[in-house]
Amino acid sequence: MQNLYLIVDIAGQRAALPASYVESVVEIDDVAPVPCAPPHIFGLFALRSRVLTVVDTLAALGAGRRVAEKEMQAVIVTVDSHLYGLLVDNVDDVVAIDGVPTPPRALLAQGWTHCAAGVLDHEGEPLLLIDVHALVAGPAAIAA
Amino acid sequence: MMDDLLGDFIAETRDTLEALAGEIVAWEAAPDDRARLDSIFRFVHTVKGSCGFLDLPRLERLSHAAEDVLADVRADRRRPDARLVNAVLAVIDRIAELTDAIESGQPLTDTDDHVLIAALSEQAAPEPEAVPAQPPVQAPVQADVTLEDDELAAAVAAALDIEPEPFVLLNPVEPAPAPVPAPAPAPKPAAVAAPAAAAPQAAAQRSVSRTIRLPVDLLDRMMAGVSDMVLARNELARRLRDTGAESPTEVAFERLSLCIAEMRDAITRTRMARVEHLFTALPRMVRDISAELGKQVLLEIDGGDVELDREMIEMIRDPLTHIVRNAIDHGIEPPEQRILAGKSMAGRLHVAARQVGNQILIEVIDDGRGIDGDKLAKKAISAGLISQDRGATMGWDAKLALIFEPGLSTANKVTAISGRGVGMDVVRANVERIGGTVELESKVGQGLHLTLRVPLTLTIIPALTISCGGQQFAIPRSAIEEIVRIGGDAVRMGSLGGAPVVFIRGTRLPVVSLRDVIGLGGEGPEQTTLVVLKLSAGNRYAMAVEAVHDHEELVVKPAAPVVMASGIYGGTTLPDNSRPMLLLDVAGIAEKAGVQREQSAAEVVETVEEEVHGDAVPVLLFRDLDGVGRAIPLGLVERIEDCYAGAISTTAGKVRLNIDGRLIPLVSCGVRITDEKVRVLRMHDGNQELAYAIDAVIDIVNTEIVLQRNVVPGPIAGVMLVEDRPVEFLDAFWLFAQGNGGEHAREVRPYCLLSDGDPWTRQVLAPLVESAGYEVVYPGSEKADGADVVIVSESAPFEPREGAVLKLRTIADDPRAAPDSLWRYDREGLTAELRRHWNKRSAA
Repeated sequence: MQNLYLIVDIAGQRAALPASYVESVVEIDDVAPVPCAPPHIFGLFALRSRVLTVVDTLAALGAGRRVAEKEMQAVIVTVDSHLYGLLVDNVDDVVAIDGVPTPPRALLAQGWTHCAAGVLDHEGEPLLLIDVHALVAGPAAIAA
Repeated sequence: MMDDLLGDFIAETRDTLEALAGEIVAWEAAPDDRARLDSIFRFVHTVKGSCGFLDLPRLERLSHAAEDVLADVRADRRRPDARLVNAVLAVIDRIAELTDAIESGQPLTDTDDHVLIAALSEQAAPEPEAVPAQPPVQAPVQADVTLEDDELAAAVAAALDIEPEPFVLLNPVEPAPAPVPAPAPAPKPAAVAAPAAAAPQAAAQRSVSRTIRLPVDLLDRMMAGVSDMVLARNELARRLRDTGAESPTEVAFERLSLCIAEMRDAITRTRMARVEHLFTALPRMVRDISAELGKQVLLEIDGGDVELDREMIEMIRDPLTHIVRNAIDHGIEPPEQRILAGKSMAGRLHVAARQVGNQILIEVIDDGRGIDGDKLAKKAISAGLISQDRGATMGWDAKLALIFEPGLSTANKVTAISGRGVGMDVVRANVERIGGTVELESKVGQGLHLTLRVPLTLTIIPALTISCGGQQFAIPRSAIEEIVRIGGDAVRMGSLGGAPVVFIRGTRLPVVSLRDVIGLGGEGPEQTTLVVLKLSAGNRYAMAVEAVHDHEELVVKPAAPVVMASGIYGGTTLPDNSRPMLLLDVAGIAEKAGVQREQSAAEVVETVEEEVHGDAVPVLLFRDLDGVGRAIPLGLVERIEDCYAGAISTTAGKVRLNIDGRLIPLVSCGVRITDEKVRVLRMHDGNQELAYAIDAVIDIVNTEIVLQRNVVPGPIAGVMLVEDRPVEFLDAFWLFAQGNGGEHAREVRPYCLLSDGDPWTRQVLAPLVESAGYEVVYPGSEKADGADVVIVSESAPFEPREGAVLKLRTIADDPRAAPDSLWRYDREGLTAELRRHWNKRSAA
């Protein structure tokens, strides 16, 4: 079984996002902050006539906080008819990968455990498959 | 606005007629078809409903008559024979004609309306005669008869008794096609061509209603397209700024901008309309229904400028109408009952619309008798809808929800207003069909709070932009009452119990610092502006912001769930500068800031419009825990709150209430508090706080406090009649002493001897003396001899004795009075004297 995945770099880790969620990749600059929102919400960004919620993937994974930069790369995904922009270090390519994700055998840091849906093997490299719902919901969801 | 409504009604009626055309024909062929019958019934029902408040009595009579008959058929009380079908069709045709006539402004003869109505009745002789009505395209001929006819009502009544006349052809000029072969009249409203051509008309043409139907998707596409256009224009504006455009380019760009702005407005109008459209009909409707039922209702409407999809508005119209009718019919009690229940004579009905997140909330709140869930449950059990067990174990909310079960009407009699089989089940079905929900909250005897939640596809809200902490936010204009500057006239900042408050024209409001709520740090420009915001149920508070900017119409979209979870935002907006701006949720911010959601007694005083006569003061009447009606001057009460009984503790022998993170003394009449929640009056004497536990607030009245005072100090200062009921007044002095006392050694008070024991002295003078800090004694008491001050009336014989003497005279300006006497009613003078002696004594 072949599924399409977008390969990205997040927090220094190679990861895969299910292509079915991904709409596009954009460079974003002017982000409006959202006070009182959970820490993994970086802010809001306007893309054409739509507002999307920018997710600080570092914070969502419990790996720190993203520092705002002039231009950042974001992968635009749709979850439950809401648009989100996931901040990534780098975007690689869309690839087709066979097989189902296997449970990660290594001990993952807590944040990754929450957001990883498994491990995919691609060209000899293990890729962590990201659970987009969990990533967007953020670390607070664990406590809930 | 009326024209709008009429136009809507006409368009709607025509639309439905068109849609109904097929149904009518089919029904005629198969009168037993329930579904068809139901459609036709709903049509006349809707028409009847609209007529009521559009002031179209003729149409109302006709549709009401038809509705009655159709209801009978639905209930199997009558068979839909050909004659009945004819009669109904005739009425429907007449409705169509009248609709045309209304629009074209041509009057239409009504002399045979009653004939049509009579034909509906059972006693009418079998009548297969020619079609009385014309296909709706025909314009009327007679132009000289007026529409109104009050005798028609009498005629209808009479018509049922008399032999109905044969049908009269409306249009005598009608050539051959009209006398259609009886008894298959079947005027097909859709088959319009032939008759239209046939009849030569003297009167005006039917004016074509200029509406068209459009698929909603098309409008959505336009909407999205225009938004994109605006963003593209902004992008262009930036580039032009950056590269420095030449003048002609700029001029051209300005023109383009203008065009785009206008287009955006127009396209917005295609989808959105203000909720006002729903609400304008309410005052008339409420007035009429309450008059008809002999009830008094005070209607309050809020949030008419919330904008909503037109589609949604139409879908909610019927449910809302039904709900309001229910509230007046079944909810609000007759005036006498209300007075007996201790309520105000006029019932209060509050209809409000507001946007919260991605929903529009329409609330209908009444203070009537509420829904009795237990009674409902019993009815449901006896109707076999739920089992006995279920009825015993279901919670209150579940019981209230039983009202949505079809066939379960709690009304003892189904009235003409609301009982037509269009029950709450239909209301809920209609609302749910558009993806909304209906929620109920009710306390028996106190009223019903009903919330319609309708999802938004797109909303445009008039909003105010403010800035705080270097960021801009939007506040829905419907939530804003006023904006004031700190330091302006009639605006005075203050503090109460450590929390900031503001006095605006004398009324106290809690102040919420937006910067603090959103946690943007303590630094920054001063928050110099206060925005006074409205919450539900008349509560208000003031939000301090740094600056206020523009009024804008903003497109609001729901924010992602994780953003909404913070509780303070209502959605996101994209103002023209293309940076997203958050819309604040006024209620959410209030909650986060800890502004209490309760009836603030002080604010209620603002809305009481009675004049204050003389020494009349507002007094709060309440039912105490032991069921006795008591009162306290409103000025002493800071607020009324519900607290958890668990927050009450007894420490060091004193009962205290944990509130706002502090312990304040709690005083009560002594009855044990067994409920989980207890209502308290919070009082403040300028220095200390106190809570007094009560059962419920009854009312607030303006009255002069003239008490028959208790002689013995205690929690009750005295009794007086308030609105013909004896009411005990709390003695605030005693309460505060009780609540906070024990920590100071009770000072021994000086004595004042009142040498006369007459009623005036006891009832009028004594309290004054006591309030000056003295203990009052009378001659004969053992303390009389050692009194510090003696007060005599100057005419009385007197022996000089120890202590100061104050002489009182009865006449204010009496030239013969002793120079050192005081007029008995010279309050200032008396108090000053008493104080003087007190101070002298203390100093000694």
